[in-house]
Amino acid sequence: MKKEWILALLRTCLLTAIAVVLLVPVVLTAVSSFMSELEIMTNYDMLGNSNTSEFVNLKWIPDFVSLQQYYKVLIAAPHFLYMFWNSVFLVVPIILGQVVIASVAAYAFAKLRFPGREPLFLFYLITMLMPFQVTLVPNYLMAEKLGLLNHPSSIIMPGIFAAFGVFLLRQFMLNIPYAYMEAAKMDGAGYLRTFLSIVLPMVKPGIAALIVLLFADYWNMVEQPLIFLQEAEMQPLSVFLSRLQKEAFSVSFAASVIYMLPMVFLFAIAERHFIEGIELSGIKG
Amino acid sequence: MKLQRLSHKELVAAFCFLAPSMTGFAIFYLIPFGQSVLYSFQNAEEGSGLTLSNYRELLSSSSFQKAAVNTFWFTASSVPIVIALSLVLALLLNQRVFLRNWLRSAYVLPLVVPVASIVLVWQILFDWNGALNAFLQHFGGERSDWMKSDWAKLVIILIYIWKTVGYNVILFLAGLQNIPAQYYEIADLEGAGTIRKLFGITLIYLMPATFFVVLMSILNSFKVFRETYLVAGDYPHDSIYMIQHYMNNMFLSLEIEKLSAAAVLMAASILLLVAVMYAIERAFRAFME
Repeated sequence: MKKEWILALLRTCLLTAIAVVLLVPVVLTAVSSFMSELEIMTNYDMLGNSNTSEFVNLKWIPDFVSLQQYYKVLIAAPHFLYMFWNSVFLVVPIILGQVVIASVAAYAFAKLRFPGREPLFLFYLITMLMPFQVTLVPNYLMAEKLGLLNHPSSIIMPGIFAAFGVFLLRQFMLNIPYAYMEAAKMDGAGYLRTFLSIVLPMVKPGIAALIVLLFADYWNMVEQPLIFLQEAEMQPLSVFLSRLQKEAFSVSFAASVIYMLPMVFLFAIAERHFIEGIELSGIKG
Repeated sequence: MKLQRLSHKELVAAFCFLAPSMTGFAIFYLIPFGQSVLYSFQNAEEGSGLTLSNYRELLSSSSFQKAAVNTFWFTASSVPIVIALSLVLALLLNQRVFLRNWLRSAYVLPLVVPVASIVLVWQILFDWNGALNAFLQHFGGERSDWMKSDWAKLVIILIYIWKTVGYNVILFLAGLQNIPAQYYEIADLEGAGTIRKLFGITLIYLMPATFFVVLMSILNSFKVFRETYLVAGDYPHDSIYMIQHYMNNMFLSLEIEKLSAAAVLMAASILLLVAVMYAIERAFRAFME
């Protein structure tokens, strides 16, 4: 028994060491965001400068804790906030739209019988597996045809109709026993009624999972805005940050923290759903 | 008679529920994809007939070749590493450990941290004047320009592993928890050792999960453009010039026909990959029974 305990301790130490390494980038960004601009410049000014042999000065604890970067990013130069809203206005419509459209379609795929159901679903499945290198071209062609290019809806519309939500919510709905549908039918409920008052409430964890997964995905998007939005003013934070890092390096740590904060917060409150969503997408439908 | 009417009703309901999704799906994915298949076989300079010239040009273009080869090698080298690593982590996490949930959260966190927000850290670590070189020189090693040499490939592999290891750990852990405990009990009764149990039970029954992990890791590896773009910009070192870089350039010059040919080729390769994985999985299942 004692041997088992020591083994568990050893495993924990090894796994903790790996976890610490994985957390380095996040922690380093977070602590650096509390350094003054001057401190950032003294530590990291030599980055990208091949004319100097000086090294960066990696520091884990600020000389003194300063909110200067945050002040500059949030209050003194509100341009950053503007880009923050760009991200929000891209991501929120996609999530809302996809949750509504996908939950309705997933119900049909999971609980209604109609000819051609399996082949049709296969189309969704295959599209879902396609990387950007494939989907961006059709997305671009249609955006061009509809005159959406250089407008946020060129990203929002394909986002709303992406197949992932249908797939994930179908997985969740397949777990609902048919007995519930039968009971609803006995009570004289129609399909819409069954969907709204039985399926939807039971699939709440699935919707939560979808929201977190979509947020993680779209908050981080780079490929679509890079191609579909020519104007710098429209770019979301993901793209804007890389510009900020060149133009205002000394404040970009705070900007990075503000950018990752909504996602990290969402993860902290909904980690269970996030993980369940990934687990369920791994079980073959 | 009544039965038929009922199923007719169900058909109408299914159609209504599917209509919004299918309309959008068709407009933004299916129809334009069909169109790009058509474009890929057309060439304005050669009239309206169908031609393979786009494919020929694409395949003979040196930058496409470079991008395809780099993408292939990146996937071929990073996927086995990330799978081995996440399998080991999942196996360890599945045994008796303290702080299990905290550890799992730590592995999953990189998955939700947006790439752009930690790019600075990669620069601090791998720059010519970066922390890694400082460390190396301190111990008498040679400085390298990590992002501007063939080492860049390795840096991108590290970043990819950092990002995706948690995703695979979740999937492997779920797979491990699906293996019935009785199998191990029977093995214990028969006096099987740890190694025997690992290869005789765990890895065999983990196969279905592994197929999915392999597929997803490959697909995720195509997203690594994001990291390379944000770390290395529009003009990365040759060794990390990926398919997506090539396609971005095509978008800029609006060469839709070639772009379509590239997308169709890519779609065909993915379909082939999925079909092969599916066939292997089927064969494996048949073998198990």
